[in-house]
Amino acid sequence: MRFTKDHEWVELSGDVATIGVTAYAAEQLGDVVFVETPEVGKTVKAGDNLAVVESVKAASDVYAPISGEVVEANAALSDAPETVNAAPEAAGWFAKLKVANPAEVDRLMDRAAYEAYLQTL
Amino acid sequence: MSDLPAGTVLKTTPLTEAHVALGAKMVEFAGYDMPVQYPDGVLKEHLWTRDEAGVFDVSHMGPSFLTLNNRSGDPDADHKAVAALVEPLICGDIGGLKRGQLRYTLLLNDDGGILDDLMIGRPAEADAQGSLQIVVNAGTKDADFARIEQAVAGEARLERADENALIAVQGPKAVDVVGRLMPEARELVFMTFRRIGWQGHDLSVSRSGYTGEDGYEILVPRPVAASFWNTLLADERARPIGLGARDSLRLEAGLPLYGHDLDTSVSPVEADLGFALSKRRREAGDIPGWTRIAREMTHGPSRVRVGLKVLEGAPAREGAEVADEAGTVIGRVTSGGFSPSLRQPIALAFVPPIHSQAGTKLKVLVRGKAQAAEVVPTPFVAHRYVRKL
Repeated sequence: MRFTKDHEWVELSGDVATIGVTAYAAEQLGDVVFVETPEVGKTVKAGDNLAVVESVKAASDVYAPISGEVVEANAALSDAPETVNAAPEAAGWFAKLKVANPAEVDRLMDRAAYEAYLQTL
Repeated sequence: MSDLPAGTVLKTTPLTEAHVALGAKMVEFAGYDMPVQYPDGVLKEHLWTRDEAGVFDVSHMGPSFLTLNNRSGDPDADHKAVAALVEPLICGDIGGLKRGQLRYTLLLNDDGGILDDLMIGRPAEADAQGSLQIVVNAGTKDADFARIEQAVAGEARLERADENALIAVQGPKAVDVVGRLMPEARELVFMTFRRIGWQGHDLSVSRSGYTGEDGYEILVPRPVAASFWNTLLADERARPIGLGARDSLRLEAGLPLYGHDLDTSVSPVEADLGFALSKRRREAGDIPGWTRIAREMTHGPSRVRVGLKVLEGAPAREGAEVADEAGTVIGRVTSGGFSPSLRQPIALAFVPPIHSQAGTKLKVLVRGKAQAAEVVPTPFVAHRYVRKL
């Protein structure tokens, strides 16, 4: 699993990357009540808006950590958005991307680097 | 949320240290460092208040006392005299208040635009006749106080009381939580208040609130503020509730928020606050901005505040456009979010009266998507005020 400074995570399996937000991000967001996931077939560049997470109080953007084409969105989140809080780095994933350039994944932080980054916040 | 210059020192309340000790997430609100939520989070805090008793620090608001300079000693004459000083600024009948009664009213400009919404009370106590308790909003308090002081100059003095704590206790168990500390509070009904002693200090206790629930708002002198707060929270039915849940609770109760649903462009008629236009004042036609208000009462306003249930998709938040079924933009959301009690998004919006009937199908535009919505009566969640003992 790789991480961004915006607290997204990426897990690469073959050429498909699963994307979600970290436990730290889920804690900061508070109780998630709605998730807007991307349409299948949409192509995104690294840094584009990928999803929107809504808590009781506010809406927060989730950015694509890498470029690619959306091949699946987590449909279970429409009925159970609280999964983002319960299992942010597992069942609470948002979308799967067919990766355009696997090298983009390698540029992201590994867990040790991400944990060190969290210590600086 | 904050548009203060960097380096601005936030104001604190007598309870700021208590919030930090409770693990609150603190944010800037109206220049104050305030708890937006505690470790329970907004959702749990909201539901706890609906089921049990929530305790809120609202010390950022503006409690004050307006007192005649020269009292005659005749309680009714003194009350009428102090009431007559503030009535030209507002739309409510203050002269007609009974002892111990509170009224929700509106501070209006000469065009009938709303400068603030506030509570004015006539004290119950014989020794306080000729005095009014006035509580205004945090963001507007300096301007409000200046406006009132100017209007009463030479006749009465306005004493700010916002160095003290204002604590709200809200929810079905509030009467037991507060009643355990001060049994006299049980005898109050909705929109009445009285002075009650606690540990040698006088507290001003009103049965009122901003959640739609039964409950109290209590002005607590600074020296005993933290002690009173901690004593309330020692009751297992009581938990601290942040400003996040305060906002979602008031939204479900259909209560407008100044600076969002109300501002100087909005009239009481547009805001659907016609109940605040007291009968005596309407009959006298002496409400500020009466020309506009009377015209809107007769011919209808160009827009009116309504409640919306959002039937699909994301919450429609402040600023979201509202469209008719054909897709024409007809209005705007002024407050919106997710209702924890109803488990769906709700909103307050301003739309033309032709689209304001309950049951009207509308759309809200969120991030470019038109989502189905429907006009519904407010409150979204029924009020549970105790009007009779």
